[in-house]
Amino acid sequence: MSDTFNRRHVGQAATPDEYGGRRPRPPLRVPLPPTDRPAQTLPAPSDWTFDLIDQYHTVIRATAQRFSLDTYPNQLEIITAEQMMDAYASVGMPVNYRHWSYGKEFISTEKNYRRGQMGLAYEIVINSNPCISYLMEENTMAMQALVIAHAAYGHNSFFKGNYLFRMWTDAGSIVDYLVYAKNYVAACEERHGVDAVELLLDSCHALMNYGVDRYRRPGKLSLTQELERAKDREAYAQQQVNEIWRTLPPKSGKDAAEKEQARFPADPQENLLYFIEKNAPLLEPWQREIVRIVRKIAQYFYPQRQTQVMNEGWATFWHHHLLNTMYDDGYLEDGIMIEWLKSHTNVVFQPPVDHPAYSGMNPYALGFAMYSDIKRICETPTDEDRYWFPDIAGRDWLETLDHAMRNFKDESFIGQYLSPRVMRNFRLFSIVDDEIDPTLEVSAIHDEAGYRSLREAMSRQYDLGSREPNIQVWSVNLRGDRSLMLRHTQHNERPLHDNAYEVLKHVARLWGFPVHLESVGSLGNVSRRWTVDPSTA
Amino acid sequence: MQQIIDRRLAGKNKSIGNRERFLRRHKEQIREAVRRAVEGRGIRDIAQGEDIHIPRRDISEPVFGHGQGGKREMVHPGNKDFVRGDRIERPKGGQGGGGGQASDSGGGEDDFVFHLSKEEFMQVFFDDLALPNLIRTTLADTPEYKTHRAGFSSDGTPNNLHVVRSMRGAIGRRIALGSESRRELHRLEDLLAELRAQPVSAERLHEIEQLETDIAALRARIDRIPYLDPIDLRYRSRVRTPVPTAKAVMFCVMDVSGSMDEARKDLAKRFFILLYLFLTRHYEKIDIVFIRHHTQAQEVDEHDFFHATETGGTVVSSALVLMEEIIRARYPRNEWNVYGAQASDGDNWHDDSPRCRQLLEHGILPLCRYFAYIQVVDQEQNLWHEYASLAEESDTFAMRKASEVDQIYPVFRDLFRKEGAAK
Repeated sequence: MSDTFNRRHVGQAATPDEYGGRRPRPPLRVPLPPTDRPAQTLPAPSDWTFDLIDQYHTVIRATAQRFSLDTYPNQLEIITAEQMMDAYASVGMPVNYRHWSYGKEFISTEKNYRRGQMGLAYEIVINSNPCISYLMEENTMAMQALVIAHAAYGHNSFFKGNYLFRMWTDAGSIVDYLVYAKNYVAACEERHGVDAVELLLDSCHALMNYGVDRYRRPGKLSLTQELERAKDREAYAQQQVNEIWRTLPPKSGKDAAEKEQARFPADPQENLLYFIEKNAPLLEPWQREIVRIVRKIAQYFYPQRQTQVMNEGWATFWHHHLLNTMYDDGYLEDGIMIEWLKSHTNVVFQPPVDHPAYSGMNPYALGFAMYSDIKRICETPTDEDRYWFPDIAGRDWLETLDHAMRNFKDESFIGQYLSPRVMRNFRLFSIVDDEIDPTLEVSAIHDEAGYRSLREAMSRQYDLGSREPNIQVWSVNLRGDRSLMLRHTQHNERPLHDNAYEVLKHVARLWGFPVHLESVGSLGNVSRRWTVDPSTA
Repeated sequence: MQQIIDRRLAGKNKSIGNRERFLRRHKEQIREAVRRAVEGRGIRDIAQGEDIHIPRRDISEPVFGHGQGGKREMVHPGNKDFVRGDRIERPKGGQGGGGGQASDSGGGEDDFVFHLSKEEFMQVFFDDLALPNLIRTTLADTPEYKTHRAGFSSDGTPNNLHVVRSMRGAIGRRIALGSESRRELHRLEDLLAELRAQPVSAERLHEIEQLETDIAALRARIDRIPYLDPIDLRYRSRVRTPVPTAKAVMFCVMDVSGSMDEARKDLAKRFFILLYLFLTRHYEKIDIVFIRHHTQAQEVDEHDFFHATETGGTVVSSALVLMEEIIRARYPRNEWNVYGAQASDGDNWHDDSPRCRQLLEHGILPLCRYFAYIQVVDQEQNLWHEYASLAEESDTFAMRKASEVDQIYPVFRDLFRKEGAAK
């Protein structure tokens, strides 16, 4: 059950009505009581039929309503394995523009699948309104039920509720936008040649992670507002007029030199693609539009990259809880339970660090453990929990979970809710890897002394800001060779990867004039410098 | 109720466009791989797919990322016996992945491997090649026809009868023909009803009688309108349109005299197969005629052509005479695109070579689209010299030498290079 959120980081600007437009409905404090116990369990053959899916879906929906999961309308779609791979390869979206990298992705996905190295994702869910969930043809009935609970109610409610998604994605228009993007790119290919478009897309993709806004841009002022402000400024300036200052002789040369050095941009810019779209001197209008398309898609996927643990954990928690509730209510048979529980267990397995399959924390496992633990803290708090979480220990779990889902991203969620018990269960420990030290040091383990620093370290690990190098537009040499200066500010003296030079070539291609990249250490010293001249690159 | 949508039938092969772009991008590597593959392949399976290896660094998409070094802290699960302050040896080659998503690059520096389908393989294989002098023979006398539908007509055979159209026509006709009578009928019936409502008198009775006979006559008239008339019948119309023929015949001429050993035959065979595959991409129907010769020529089937061994001297002209005879007898020029390919080790009966040239120049080349001669040894003998002078004069004749297996494909590409394409 892996979805494709992080495979390629693609976004979409938010709607203007992010917060004010849709107030979330207040969460229930306690679940509604179950309806009458059914006379018999739902039929449980291994093969699904449309009828059966419909029956299960009805029960799952009714159960989800008992917990007041607020979702977009659901649209379930049955697809084949090939279509699943296809969606998988094109960043999990139902339509997308054509690009060779998706072809590459498809080929490697297909190869792994055929070899049996990788089970396909059981489901893909798209943050759209209505929320589209793909069910794969090959799944058994139990798996379809699991997927519906996981995707159509878990992920779906997360998409609708989490603040990042509310702020940065517009679920209602993403599919239409992608259709537009696909057609636009196709039209450009026809008019300007496949090669030109491919080069441009390659360059944009290289900078995709640097094509997102982390904060809202202020909205554009209307003409009347603009005029009003001008008037205010004028009035203010009039008040400040003091004839005596005029009589001072101008400072010799300094002002002029300062003016000469007026920086552009006035402040460093972190959204490289936006800066290029608006300011690259040589881009044609169609090229700017394509840069914009890539940027919008990157923005659309930005929340998903920041809420991996939360999103997967939430969906996993809810499929677990919903299906168990259905079993308690007498809807599910033992066979179905065993089957989905087996799959669930695989999904939330966290291999320990010395395991051959270990490749970092499993977001499903961590997220599921954390949400489950929050529920436990609410219901049966221990003294330790009362000490660590005085504000949620003993509260209503439904309300608390809802709050935890809506108002956090991975970084803050872990910083807030990673409990000592979860750290103990995972047997977490942190290692400091310092270049100047010949050995690694274990800086904290899951004990009283280490909880706090472990939690901080874990939280930082999920901070996109420190995971990705901090690279910003520093300045443009307006009066000289129009060269663009990027600046990498090192975090903990971590250097850039060697392929920075390759990426810089892409920047130079977009900018059209020489591009420099400086890597600046914590002391303000430039430790490394790259330069690419587009005429030679 | 929520609708579950079945998408399984829609959008098969949706990512084909992406795949095409991927192949386009790595054309050079793929072409190189195809070339290597052809060299190593047996003759039987030349037209198959192939696994293509591309170095992973060539297809990577660079993004900014952190390199080794600096200070970082990583949290891992599964502590067994560490306590705070423990020191661990730095693992060689760096810790695998800090943030978690190391799985993607976990494959290391392996090549990126994918399978090229047979069609794609052939596409690359014959990329940039074209048949010289390709004119699709169209002919006036006995063209080939294709039939296809073209609307409806009022005559045809019963099996083409279009029932719905016919019945529709019939209804229209019945309405049109009967409308006048029906209107009159309705008028008379109204009148009758009116008269009946009035008090009875002899005059009225007479009138009523009169009306009733009129009404009966009208009814009979309406009934006489046929339900279905031959005029209503509509037939699906099928028209025959002439299509240009795309038929080709390929002559494989090979020397099987004692000097042609298995290795040389293998070279020749490779060349013939390439030519055959190439022609299949241009023509729907291809005949192959195998002519082998030593001092005498004979037409044989494929197996005998390649496997039967003969010994004896060599008279090339015998094969050319036979070829010309066969063309004239079975493959009229206006119906067939004739291609010839001759393979030989260059040995010939000394006095025969000028005659070969004569035969080609005046007999065969005017009937051919293209004639290629390939010599499977390096040594130039009189046949080569005679042909060389012919090649200078004729543009439908080409000749090359190939003495090693790996030369066949380049030679072939060279022969069929598109005008203006780079070597």
